[in-house]
Amino acid sequence: MTTAMSTPVRRKRKNSVLSRRDRGVLAVMAGIPTVIHVAFIWVPAVLSILLSFTKWNGVKSVPIKWVGFNNYRSLFSVWWPDDVWPAIKHNLIWLLAMTIATMIGLLLAVLLDKNIKGSRVYQSVLYLPVVLSLAVVGFMWQLIYRIDDGFINQLLGTSSKNGGTDWLGNSDINLYSILVAAAWRHVGYIMVLFLAGLKAVDPTLREAASIDGASEPQTFFRVILPALKPINIVVMVVTVIESLRAFDLVYIATRGSKGTKLFSNIVYDNIVGETRRVGFGSAAAVLMLLVSTGFIFSYLWSNYKESR
Amino acid sequence: MGNHEDQGSSDMGISMPSVSRRTFLAGTAGVAAVAALAACGSDKKAAPTTAATTAAGVTTTSAAPEVTTTSAAAAAKKTITFGSNQSDAKPKNAVQAMMDAYKAKSGNDVKINTVDHNTYQEQITSYLGGTPDDVYSWFAAFRMQSLVNQNLGGDISDVWGGLKNQTDGVKAASTAADGKQYFVPLYYYPWAVFFRKSLFAEKGYTAPKTLAEFKALGDKMKADGLTPIAFGNDGKWPAMGTFDYLNLRTNGFKFHTELMAGKQAWDSAEVKAVFTTWAELLPYHQAGASARKWEDAAASLVKKESGMYTMGMFVSSQFKNEDLGDLDFFPFPEINPAHGQDSLEAPIDGYMMAPSPKDAEGAKSLLAFLASGDAANAYLKIDPGNLACATDADTSGYNDLQKKGLELCKGAKNVTQFLDRDTLPAFAGPAGEAFDAFLQKPGDIDTILKNLAAKAKEIFA
Repeated sequence: MTTAMSTPVRRKRKNSVLSRRDRGVLAVMAGIPTVIHVAFIWVPAVLSILLSFTKWNGVKSVPIKWVGFNNYRSLFSVWWPDDVWPAIKHNLIWLLAMTIATMIGLLLAVLLDKNIKGSRVYQSVLYLPVVLSLAVVGFMWQLIYRIDDGFINQLLGTSSKNGGTDWLGNSDINLYSILVAAAWRHVGYIMVLFLAGLKAVDPTLREAASIDGASEPQTFFRVILPALKPINIVVMVVTVIESLRAFDLVYIATRGSKGTKLFSNIVYDNIVGETRRVGFGSAAAVLMLLVSTGFIFSYLWSNYKESR
Repeated sequence: MGNHEDQGSSDMGISMPSVSRRTFLAGTAGVAAVAALAACGSDKKAAPTTAATTAAGVTTTSAAPEVTTTSAAAAAKKTITFGSNQSDAKPKNAVQAMMDAYKAKSGNDVKINTVDHNTYQEQITSYLGGTPDDVYSWFAAFRMQSLVNQNLGGDISDVWGGLKNQTDGVKAASTAADGKQYFVPLYYYPWAVFFRKSLFAEKGYTAPKTLAEFKALGDKMKADGLTPIAFGNDGKWPAMGTFDYLNLRTNGFKFHTELMAGKQAWDSAEVKAVFTTWAELLPYHQAGASARKWEDAAASLVKKESGMYTMGMFVSSQFKNEDLGDLDFFPFPEINPAHGQDSLEAPIDGYMMAPSPKDAEGAKSLLAFLASGDAANAYLKIDPGNLACATDADTSGYNDLQKKGLELCKGAKNVTQFLDRDTLPAFAGPAGEAFDAFLQKPGDIDTILKNLAAKAKEIFA
């Protein structure tokens, strides 16, 4: 955003067509976002990286102690088996599940794009979860999943007494229970993005394809989907980022207890908890940052390289 | 945390809370005796100090401050902000009643800011590091010490200078390693195994004394279609109470405090023995505990679906007033005859002052009131699941449960606070997670303890 806006500021000729006032306006328009971007994204990111090499409890009056790579070492030793490794696993499962949810969202968008009867009603219904706040979503699914009086167990006539399923407590399945809730929300979001993209596809493309004798799947995969490229990139980035930074639903539903711990939970527990271990939490956050940027960079790079 | 070593006593790491425990015993034993004295009003005169605004208020309550609009009275009216973690209905009303009593007495206004109990604890440092309320709810001993270490508590030694109604044990639990007080107590509550008298009478159950009897009773309850032991571990602290008792009964008070101080290994044979016993008791516990709130587990006891519940006495806040008389308890059963039932878990809850409150004078006046018998009376009248720390509190109004709780405290040889107050808070989190992991997969206990021991080593280093 900022880089795109800062280019016009550069003057190529001495006798610029831009008046002094124009230049001032442009400088302000490019400058403010740049300052905000640097102050709120790059400065904290760099500070986090610096903090990850320290031991500190987050209190101003307590000195910050340099400990070198100690935090990273303990992430990969003491905290590896119960915390870091499960978190990595759960984040990857999350990414996989969200990818599937994205495909379902695409499918729904394609179906709704066919102007079927009551399309608007379906759109609203499927988009509704996105409108709800995550706290509400978490609470609703708790009511569905509870072992004693949850909707599913009531339906099956089971409870904790006769072998009911503890959807949110059982560490073998609670991640998947939460993933259903997360996907329920994600599908609607992705559907709307694709729907907007599909409406913008030039209808003549379809006509041309059908005149050329392309079948329906061929038209979709060979003509429509490539035409949706800008949307595809947005959706892919949204899916990957949402999966890596996922936190809220897990925190609301299980507080990141066994079976559902995500990387973000490790960061949160150590930075926000009662005795803050800011250095250790920052080290976990830096790992998360590295993984996220790795994913996003490689994806964007391969995408833009193709399009050139 | 370095403060502990400064004391350099024989008892290094946990010198502060261990002193509090030993003396706290003496303190509780004195409660009833001093309470009798208090009835004669002997304490009332000891009030005039810096913190006397409220205590002295006893005599000035009759003067309605609005009518006598002297300039002094108008200037004295303050608004004190108060952070509360009492989010359940009954305790919340009790806090309100206590603050109303303070308002009536001092003429000051109190703005209560209530936050969900678990959230409050998880976010305490962010809350206190931002713009905290003048006075806030917290816990005694190590939990207080931990905030003091982070400079998140204000020194209120001058308030304590004016307090004549607190026992030495309670004072020790309110004193940090630097010898200053940072905490005023309101109440404490013993942990025990709670049950409904009517259910026991109806089915002919008797309170078990030993582990074998405990299990036998569990079998009987199962045969009667009951869930023997209610259990809900959302928030991960309820399991700590069970662990504390199993460890105290199996390995004794000394081992327990050493374990809490990081001086015993978590993967030792002693700790493993605790989990072996726990694993034997698990089939008697309510299934699916991980995601269940303690209030929901209590509800099963109220509804007579569960027979027993290992909990703090505050469990009574989940009972309707008319059912309260039916609630009873027995001390956690004996496991190792060498230790019998000699240890009791009885955490103290109370209040601290922000490090730089907007109105220090007002905050201290409120804290002095909170330590008074009047505050305890106002609170316990609505939420009678606790016992007053103030010796001048009115114990004649105690219900049967409170009276029995008081007896239990007097009979205890050793008193502990609670796992998350007796150990470093940074360790309490991983310990809670390890217990949760054990409840999920009891068979994995060796790995769980090995990993927990490694974490303990790192955190206590």
